[in-house]
Amino acid sequence: MTTERAYHQARWNEPIILDMGGEGERGILLPEVEKEMLEDITSIKSQIPKALRRVTPPDLPQISQVEVYRHYLRLSQENLGAGFVADVGMATSTMKYNPPINERLASNPKFTDLHPLQDVSTVQGMLEIAYTLGEFLKEISGMDDISLQPRAGSQAIYANMAMIRAYHDKNGQGTQRDEVITTIFSHPSDAAAPSAAGYKIITLYPEKNGYPSIESLRSVVSERTAAFFTTNPDDTGIFNPLIKEFNDIVHAVGGLCAYDQANANGLLGIARAREAGFDLCHFNLHKTFSTPHASGGPATGVSCVTEELAAFLPSPHISFDGDRYYIDEDRPESIGKIGQFYGVAANFIRAYAWIMAHGAEGLKEVSEIAVLNNNYLMKKVLEIDGITIPYEPGKPRLDQIRYSWHELLKDTHLDIVDIANRSADYGMHFFYSHHPYVVPDPATLEPTESYSYRDLAKYADDWRKIATEVKNDPEKILTSPHMAPIHKMSDLTPLSDPEKWIPSWRVFKKKKRSVHSD
Amino acid sequence: MNGLIQKVKIGLIVNPLAGIGGRVGLKGSDGDLTQKLAIAKGAVPHSMVRTREALEMLLPYKEQVEIITYPGEMGENIAKELGFEVSVLIRSALGEFSAEDTKKAAVVMCSLQLPIILFAGGDGTARDIYDAVGDNCPVLGIPAGVKIHSAVYAINPAAAGSIAQMIVTKQGLIYFESEVMDLDEEAYRGGKVNTRLYGYLQVPRVDRLVQNTKSPSSKNEFNVVQEIAYEITQSMDHDTLYLVGPGTTTRAIATTLGLSKTLLGVDAIRDLKLLDVDLDEKGLLSLLGKYPSRRIIVTPIGGQGYLFGRGNQQISNEVIRMVGKENVIVIATEHKLFSLQGEPLLVDTGDAVLDAQFTGSIKVITGIGKRMVYPVR
Repeated sequence: MTTERAYHQARWNEPIILDMGGEGERGILLPEVEKEMLEDITSIKSQIPKALRRVTPPDLPQISQVEVYRHYLRLSQENLGAGFVADVGMATSTMKYNPPINERLASNPKFTDLHPLQDVSTVQGMLEIAYTLGEFLKEISGMDDISLQPRAGSQAIYANMAMIRAYHDKNGQGTQRDEVITTIFSHPSDAAAPSAAGYKIITLYPEKNGYPSIESLRSVVSERTAAFFTTNPDDTGIFNPLIKEFNDIVHAVGGLCAYDQANANGLLGIARAREAGFDLCHFNLHKTFSTPHASGGPATGVSCVTEELAAFLPSPHISFDGDRYYIDEDRPESIGKIGQFYGVAANFIRAYAWIMAHGAEGLKEVSEIAVLNNNYLMKKVLEIDGITIPYEPGKPRLDQIRYSWHELLKDTHLDIVDIANRSADYGMHFFYSHHPYVVPDPATLEPTESYSYRDLAKYADDWRKIATEVKNDPEKILTSPHMAPIHKMSDLTPLSDPEKWIPSWRVFKKKKRSVHSD
Repeated sequence: MNGLIQKVKIGLIVNPLAGIGGRVGLKGSDGDLTQKLAIAKGAVPHSMVRTREALEMLLPYKEQVEIITYPGEMGENIAKELGFEVSVLIRSALGEFSAEDTKKAAVVMCSLQLPIILFAGGDGTARDIYDAVGDNCPVLGIPAGVKIHSAVYAINPAAAGSIAQMIVTKQGLIYFESEVMDLDEEAYRGGKVNTRLYGYLQVPRVDRLVQNTKSPSSKNEFNVVQEIAYEITQSMDHDTLYLVGPGTTTRAIATTLGLSKTLLGVDAIRDLKLLDVDLDEKGLLSLLGKYPSRRIIVTPIGGQGYLFGRGNQQISNEVIRMVGKENVIVIATEHKLFSLQGEPLLVDTGDAVLDAQFTGSIKVITGIGKRMVYPVR
């Protein structure tokens, strides 16, 4: 029995904060500046270089404290996420449960009052947590050394690529090895990060079984191969059983193998990067080890490597001499610093606490339940007429599956974006998948271990209701969402039009210039 | 509302017989005999139903629209029935409607420079429109055929109506040359899919509303084609003959070099110059005799992923053998490969031994420094 939630989200038509308040309003009145200080103000000003001084004051909001408080509280009501519902629709980025106790630990003043520039003798406890977390991740991956420095999964992939380059450079093959091989269903960053690093990308396409053939890999490896980057399983949820053989083929031509384990929810205590023959891997603490996703940061992607590559890990490195924890900055072969200080320390605490709470047996159980949940949800979803799974539909999956609504939608005026919009009316959402757009009308679900079978049955049940609406009331879907705070974006094309993207200030200036010169 | 508003003129051509064969299991409606057989079997023309579905999307904008169409079943009836303002072109021919009517209507509407001509039909109708106006006018198909292979149709009639709506509300649309395919219905009825590239029509592309266009962004797609052309032209060797197959992706290579390539033909490029255009098999073989260093550049054609054997039969098995499999360069946007939905690329040169050489997988250039290794059968 599932309870009908009759969900309706708060809708506040909330302005942006810059349009609120009024001239002269303040949230906090600062104390008057003391006379002696006032006398000195001119000299303080003069200490700021002229070029850095503002000509005009910043256009900050002028608003009372209570209004600021209400503003953000209202925005928080217009939110959707794992704290409210079974939020299993974010594919590989599904948020698992973040226990609030871990937030309590991470926000403990004993921790938050620390400063990264403190003398290491005064932060032995914090360093021990970071180091021990690294030891756990080494055990989980089978790798020999790690870095907690990368701030995101993609940055960890980039760091891994940089280490691979350093390795080939050292062997005098840096220029010669300019190709990176990946698979089409691996995370897009496995192609994007090496591409950003200047490598040519060769992407393997799967056979009917969901993974590429040995023969297709053989046809592209050569003395130019720098590395093979792959997820396993990828978004299809199918595990490539030939992965060891893949890695052997790459090794045979002198390439290295990097495992994207951002999401390792189906593999903890079951399969390790080491035994599959990988040289590097990375974990996203927010995908597998229960730290918050933080919408683009600050997150933690952990780079893990074999002994052969350890010297290249980012610097500084948190080390232990058997007696004391210390910061090792004397690493001449390191790819260098890839972020400030040592990483996002609050995430170390959360992940450490989460792993400690589970223990080795518990971690294995996490994966077993994640896989069980996924296959249970698959059974429920496949009972819905018109929803299908590409690639070996009858086969059990690991922790995630890319479904297709195409059979149901192909003869209608609807597409998967409309279904995602309608899902918001049920208090859930799903991500209709990122690149590659291989599966038509896709929706990728990953239930993780955090949700009960009741949650999952309810989710499938809501999908069934939407599927019924596709047939009986398509107009309702087309005009959705009806229960959400924002109606819908009319034009999504700028999101996929590179000409409209402004990823940085430099790009903004460049594009502005080109518009003016047109 | 005042009467001074300039109405948007929409062309409408309905092939009353489109799709008539499918309803009675005849796999297509080409040919008089088939059509008569279909009617004898009790088939009801459903292109009218499909056209109605499309035009209904324009009903909220009725006051702003004028439909320019042909008499009776070819558009007048349905447009008037729905209450649109209708201008009917004069039909000179007598008797039953035929493909000639479709062609004549298209020619007249094209000369009127309408913002869009909607036509309801199938592959045959698309070919008639192409025969009449080539890629000179913006058109869009309302799918009413049995099994459509051409990429000039909206995914369904309502989607065609939505696009027309965008034109009426003056939303800027991007137009693409989209493929018109020619399916040998005789062979199809015999259980064999045999298509060839017939031509291209100018079709507005709205993501997810036009067939075969499930890509993230049409504009992005356009950029990717340029990227592929750049990648190819940057690595072209001197003293080497490049035989460039048909298609918009391959044409971009010539455009990047400032050359004018035929869209449907196989053209020869050497040392960044156009050597010859629209070569047949004989022409290709004679060129190959002159130049020892040579390559073939092809892109898969027509939704079904044929590398050779459909749409580029000039590049015969003999031509491919002379050039050698290792000198065949395949280019395609990722989107084109994705639209095959996991189905392999196909090679059908009429020479089983040569076809077998291609079986396995092939490297496809998909952008600057980007290759996709795709299955081939």
